[in-house]
Amino acid sequence: MTARPAANARLLLHIDWTACDGRGLCTEILPELLGRDEWGYPIAPGHGSDVPVPDRLAPAAEEAVALCPRLALSLRRRD
Amino acid sequence: MNEALWALGRGTGVVALALFTVSVLLGILTRSGRPLLGLPRFSVALVHRNVSILATVFIAIHLLTLLGDSFAQLRVIDFFVPFLGAVKPVWLGLGTVAVDLLVAVMVTSLLRRYVGRRVFRAVHWLTYAMWPFALAHSIGNGTDASQSWFIAFAAACSAAVIAAVGWRLTRGFVEYQGIRQAAAPDRPVRARRNP
Repeated sequence: MTARPAANARLLLHIDWTACDGRGLCTEILPELLGRDEWGYPIAPGHGSDVPVPDRLAPAAEEAVALCPRLALSLRRRD
Repeated sequence: MNEALWALGRGTGVVALALFTVSVLLGILTRSGRPLLGLPRFSVALVHRNVSILATVFIAIHLLTLLGDSFAQLRVIDFFVPFLGAVKPVWLGLGTVAVDLLVAVMVTSLLRRYVGRRVFRAVHWLTYAMWPFALAHSIGNGTDASQSWFIAFAAACSAAVIAAVGWRLTRGFVEYQGIRQAAAPDRPVRARRNP
């Protein structure tokens, strides 16, 4: 979580909180985007369920979506 | 040629049991949400997946080579329908059941995104039945089952899986479990940030 996600990002990483179990894989793959709260759940300061993904992190975000053990992540195009 | 197929059939069976054991251990570790020494969580999940795929390839070779072996007297139907075998039908049938469960688990894992989390999870639980079936089949059918190296190998695999399942049943199995239970003993914590 060194840099704030770009405000003009075209992709949003959507977190389905009903599915998320805080296993931590996404926070390892996207450390610049997601931290872990004190209960182990992913957290992006300033954002809730939809986290803007800078273009350079798009491949990593796709990997996180593919590897989430709970299928809790999806990528959405920002309107 | 027959000898070669038989040897390959035996060898791939033993290797597959070893790989399935590793896969079960890594699967349980994945469920705990914990990294393995220097290996991050997503790597544990990837190795779990790849070892499972490799084990499935070994099982495919195991089936095909023994189909070509005249001692085993296998027919294609014995791959899918249990207890019809000509030689040791019960022990062979346990292997067939394991193959049926393996196919179900692998298909729903590879198509996880399409079948959804519930189906994936429900079918994935069958692994806990599949592994003992595979072990029993290897002991009952295996040509090497009475050899001391195989007994030691099977005992080591069993001890590892039993220990992992035992760990899975303990309270502190899931990372953050203690903190989450302390925070919300009655309700899942994940509901707290719902919009």
